[in-house]
Amino acid sequence: MNEIEVAQISCGSEYTGVQGEIESAAEQVGAKIIFPDIDLDEVEEAEAKFGLKVTSPDLKLMLARAISVVEGHTTADAVFIGTCFRCAEGALVRNEIRRYIHEKSGLPVISYSYTERTTAETLLTRMEALTTVAKRRSLLAREVQTGLTAGIDSGSTTTKAVVMKDDEILGFGWVGTTDVQKSAENALSKALSESGIERDAIQSIGVTGYGRFLLGESFNADLVQEEITVNSKGAVYLADRQKGVATVIDVGGMDNKAISVQDGIPGIFTMGGICAGASGRFLEMTAKRLGVDITELGKLALAGDASKISMNSYCIVFGIQSLVNSLSKGARHEDVAAAACYSVAEQVFEQQLQEVEVKEPIIMVGGTSLIEGLPHAMHELLQAEVIVPPYSQLIGAVGSALLASGFIEE
Amino acid sequence: MNIFIYPSNSLILYDLVERFGHKPLAVMQEIRKKVTTAGIDSPPLNITPEDPKHGLKYAAVEVPAGVRGRMSLFDQLIGDAEAAILVEDAPIGFGCMGCQRTSELIGFLIRAKRVPILELNYPTSDDEARNFVYQISEFLNKLQGGET
Repeated sequence: MNEIEVAQISCGSEYTGVQGEIESAAEQVGAKIIFPDIDLDEVEEAEAKFGLKVTSPDLKLMLARAISVVEGHTTADAVFIGTCFRCAEGALVRNEIRRYIHEKSGLPVISYSYTERTTAETLLTRMEALTTVAKRRSLLAREVQTGLTAGIDSGSTTTKAVVMKDDEILGFGWVGTTDVQKSAENALSKALSESGIERDAIQSIGVTGYGRFLLGESFNADLVQEEITVNSKGAVYLADRQKGVATVIDVGGMDNKAISVQDGIPGIFTMGGICAGASGRFLEMTAKRLGVDITELGKLALAGDASKISMNSYCIVFGIQSLVNSLSKGARHEDVAAAACYSVAEQVFEQQLQEVEVKEPIIMVGGTSLIEGLPHAMHELLQAEVIVPPYSQLIGAVGSALLASGFIEE
Repeated sequence: MNIFIYPSNSLILYDLVERFGHKPLAVMQEIRKKVTTAGIDSPPLNITPEDPKHGLKYAAVEVPAGVRGRMSLFDQLIGDAEAAILVEDAPIGFGCMGCQRTSELIGFLIRAKRVPILELNYPTSDDEARNFVYQISEFLNKLQGGET
């Protein structure tokens, strides 16, 4: 396939000094940034046509460029939308354009709000997911795992591996991430051992997660893929919701993903990673402070009442301080555990789910989905069906093994 | 005298100021300095992530980086301004600042300098256009150093 063309619709990237970073991220995944050509008349007409009045001329230009993409005057394979972080008007325009492009053009679209500290590395996973959706639709259409494959998910906190054969999980390994390479070897060994399979018998390997590029080389992987695509596939596969819409939420150790999925293919998605107070790390610290194993925190939370605890901050440091203050006033551990789960769910809801189209069912995946209080809190917040599929903690590894089987036939 | 113009890339205002013997202060001059600086490769404007940090002189970190990056371009122009012509409600074709928040801040900073300022609305008829040019010529002629 030819180079993927990503239409950039943005305000401020050249003045923020990050345009080069955006183009570098695109280049690293075999894509090229293009800018829709617009006449002055089209800019002046854009507000009325789009139905959104804005004061900044560069935002009017964004509207005109979005219209150009949707009306087919600009040919593109995917769309990147960007505005400055902390610009309220920019955020409104960014969100509305993302919805507009998604609904009217069907093109894969991502959005991002940048600061001068945004780097190509920050954008890489998002850009990789964007181009994958644009160029690998046939691979993403795969619904059945065939042959003998392995998947490895090198996460920031844990490394997971699975061995699958003919649509069944034979064995898995789940270890804490220390050295990326050693942790992956360890997890795969456990998965192979549990499966009773020799490593040489594996026909295809897929890797994902933060360490995917390193592992891709060392394991000579057939598939090296970011987590957005892999988790989407893994989630709908394990939840048996491969057709139709779904929303995948993965609260990770280092970042969170919220993905709006249609027939297993990611549509709108967001990755959060600014505040640790909305991550699995916060729940780990809470468990430690309560003196329970992380695996016990969820059950404890289910027996508690989050509303009895005052949480004054989302920050991981001040959030823990609130919990400590509550404990010192005699609060029940169950209520504190519930408050911690509710706080994480609330942050994901307020900071990320506003940016994706939340459609039922909601499939929660990743290790944190096993902390029962978290999916419960999400259900309470959204008043929607929340599914935690079997092996939800292995989502990336399962998705990788599933997609890797596509390479056996190729 | 150094005359700050707003919109700061308006070729019409630039030309009028020059015709009356003054030096227009326009953003194009600052962008030219950037793009012709050897050794910096940050296309399209050669603004690097360091520039928004220079903009902290005018706006704190909670202000979008794009505003601060723009402000770093305007630093020299605001500092050199001895008088200003500000035109409000102009169509994009007359001149465009891109970011409304930046425009608001620049307008405030220029007014706060207490230099002579001519503030005009963009003309919408032939008569208004003639009066628009007349007011600008009167303003520029009265300034020290202008052609009479």
